[in-house]
Amino acid sequence: MKIRIKFSKHGCMKFIGHLDIMRYFQKANIRAGIDIAYSEGFNPHQVMSFAAPLGVGITSDGEYMDIRVNSTRSTADSIKALNDVMVDGMEILEYKKLPDDSKKSMSVVALADYYMYPKDEDEMFTDITVLSNKIAKFMAQPTILVTKKTKKSEKEVDLKPHIHAFNVDFYNSRQEECLNQCAYFLSVTTGSEVNIRPELVVSAFYDFCNAEFKEEAFQIHRQEVYALENDKYIPLGSMGENIEAAE
Amino acid sequence: MRKLALSDDILLKVDKPARYIGNEVNSVKKNPADVDIRFCMCFPDVYEIGMSHLGIQILYDMFNKRPDVYCERVYSPWPDLSVIMKEKKIPLFALETQDPIRDFDFLGITIQYEMCYTNIIQVLDLSGIPLLATERTEEDPLVIGGGPCTYNPEPIADFFDLFYIGEGEVVYDDLFDLYKECKKNGLSRHEILVKMAALPGIYVPQLYDVTYNEDGTIASFTPNVEGIPSRIEKAIVMDTSKIGYPAHPVVPFIKATQDRVVLEIQRGCIRGCRFCQAGMLYRPTRPRDVNELKAMADEMLKSTGYDEISLSSLSSSDYPDLKELIEFLIENYEKKGVNISLPSLRIDAFSLDIMSKVQDIRKSSLTFAPEAGSQRMRNVINKGLTEENILEGAGMAFEGGWQKVKLYFMLGLPTETEEDIKGIPELAEKIARRYYEIPKDQRNGKCNITISTSFFVPKPFTPFQWVPMCTREQFLERAKLVNDTVKEQLNKKSMKYNWHHADVTILEGILARGDRKIAKALLRAYELGCVFDAWDEYFDVEKWNRAFRDTGIDEDFYTVRPREKDEIFPWDFLDCGVSREFLYREYERAQQETVTPNCRMACSGCGALKYKGGVCVENKN
Repeated sequence: MKIRIKFSKHGCMKFIGHLDIMRYFQKANIRAGIDIAYSEGFNPHQVMSFAAPLGVGITSDGEYMDIRVNSTRSTADSIKALNDVMVDGMEILEYKKLPDDSKKSMSVVALADYYMYPKDEDEMFTDITVLSNKIAKFMAQPTILVTKKTKKSEKEVDLKPHIHAFNVDFYNSRQEECLNQCAYFLSVTTGSEVNIRPELVVSAFYDFCNAEFKEEAFQIHRQEVYALENDKYIPLGSMGENIEAAE
Repeated sequence: MRKLALSDDILLKVDKPARYIGNEVNSVKKNPADVDIRFCMCFPDVYEIGMSHLGIQILYDMFNKRPDVYCERVYSPWPDLSVIMKEKKIPLFALETQDPIRDFDFLGITIQYEMCYTNIIQVLDLSGIPLLATERTEEDPLVIGGGPCTYNPEPIADFFDLFYIGEGEVVYDDLFDLYKECKKNGLSRHEILVKMAALPGIYVPQLYDVTYNEDGTIASFTPNVEGIPSRIEKAIVMDTSKIGYPAHPVVPFIKATQDRVVLEIQRGCIRGCRFCQAGMLYRPTRPRDVNELKAMADEMLKSTGYDEISLSSLSSSDYPDLKELIEFLIENYEKKGVNISLPSLRIDAFSLDIMSKVQDIRKSSLTFAPEAGSQRMRNVINKGLTEENILEGAGMAFEGGWQKVKLYFMLGLPTETEEDIKGIPELAEKIARRYYEIPKDQRNGKCNITISTSFFVPKPFTPFQWVPMCTREQFLERAKLVNDTVKEQLNKKSMKYNWHHADVTILEGILARGDRKIAKALLRAYELGCVFDAWDEYFDVEKWNRAFRDTGIDEDFYTVRPREKDEIFPWDFLDCGVSREFLYREYERAQQETVTPNCRMACSGCGALKYKGGVCVENKN
């Protein structure tokens, strides 16, 4: 049986990298008594995969992990069992059963929402109307060309088709890190083929405004991850069903 | 939400920020305002090493069970961070509350190996605690040391307010109660220390004076206040059901060196190898009840979620109920995906059978620790393993499908001859030949024998505490002889030889049997930038040489000098349960190449019988 788990990652947990989060969940599943399935072979491991690895330093309310289980308790009981063994900053939000023929979350990820807010004062945010106008002008360009650097190469990409939304918004975190915090809201293409990091967009925007962009001055927060189904973006979590009773 | 001591900027810049944020599974959260005593436990090495240490987990669990104590943890910041902390004047902090260590009541430091001494100084320095105990004020925490190196605490005595000699389960409760009472009565730091020094197992260095003879050896060692003992006996747990274990060990986010549940099956060792300090310090051998161990294993696996468990002891094969325990673990946890990682067991039919069940034979290797190459040399060091044992074990293993063998030896042992040294590669050659006796169509290609040698360092409280150690050149000549001999052998292509650096060994030798005069060289070395000396990439022998030169320390005095039978050693004021007479008798028997039977075969009168327990009273109601 396939299960999709949605969780949030806050506070100091943002410093724990993707591989260590995987190891963390392997142990958490055991502590919570999840009847997880193991792979075959001499070194069996838990059948587990993540939708889109989150970079170190980023917080999130929209992380997805798929697991395979032999049996399960209800959604409510499973969420409780897992939350009882979580550390501060980690919270299980959803636990849903996926159709047996569903694809791996990793392969269906298409889009993600982010908030990006300044950790300290930022001059750009002094006047929200002015800032919104600047963003509108930025987005009105026919193309938004940036150079994307990877370990091996540099190539020029047009960001425009990959920015599905970019505006100023208020961010409220689940865990009281901030309330009504002025932030950039971005909805950008995500996935294994094209993956646009929000800071790449904001950096291009600062260049456009002739302002200096300092990546370390911002906190990035992922809000939700979507798949594309029948030409509509739907949250990964909505692809599964709640479990009413143990099965 | 908890505020971290380090900014996001710093944490995103340094390697492995998880080392500094705390919040691990099973780490303890308390409100510091609700407790009387704040204790910070330190392992003076990097987080991944420190988190692998069972002793800290035991004490952390034990201290935090007291509602009036909050025990937190700290490890040495890696050099990428310590530079930033110095520059930005960020005081060293505890992982749990992220509060500066200077605000604590106690800083407890576990001292597991000599090469961490400069890290201890760094921890004090980064904390803003005066390095010398005598310079500390009422505002500073009491700095307390524990662990195996406290069996010769003298080289680091100046940096500690007190040492706890022995097993932590015994005296800490009394120590905390006493501290609370003293604080309530408004006693000064000095008064508190004097009171603590009267507790069993507690050593307060500044309350003892040392005088020296003209030749630099110790003339006298005496208390300078009334009411404290002149000889300090180790604390030891004799009721094995009272040996602590962490029911809920702290689980790190990043992979620690020992990333699994550790089950301590017994304390002490019956073997009496003459080079081995642990084998003498932790006498008598005290096996734990197998049913208690089964329950502990279950509890720790459930509370951590680990998928691996390993057994810990000095010599697991000597644990009386080993078979029952391992079979229990395999039966109950193997199916659930839990790996059983075996300690190095004596290779015989039983251990091979078990290993074939829990490991992939093709990938795993067999480990033998003959420690010396010739039978004569093994008799000198009282290592019971014979050539027949090794060849028979290896033979059985080869027939069973293994092809990798690891061999561990020491070079520079007392009385060692060229023949003994050559015996090392020769033994490896015999093992290789045993492998090639298997018909070609039944074996799986080449065998793979790794020979590793370390250089012998004489340690306090061993029969070899009197012996001179080799010089750097002598060590390297010996390693060269092994290497040359390996190359001349028929099966050289099946062998690989590794040896250690000699410079670190010499330093370890100086510190292991050093006295209080060494402290100033340690300080100087730290000033010159020595830290993380246990790490090859940071150990700098030039700086150490300069530190000894600058402080007028004659290295040879501590290493190559022969010691008289009745010389007063820096550690002689400690009583580890084993008598000096026994140690000297063993030293003489070593020179006569006479083997001493293990504790289960016969009592050799080491002195530990006075504790009236463990192996000393086995089968003797």
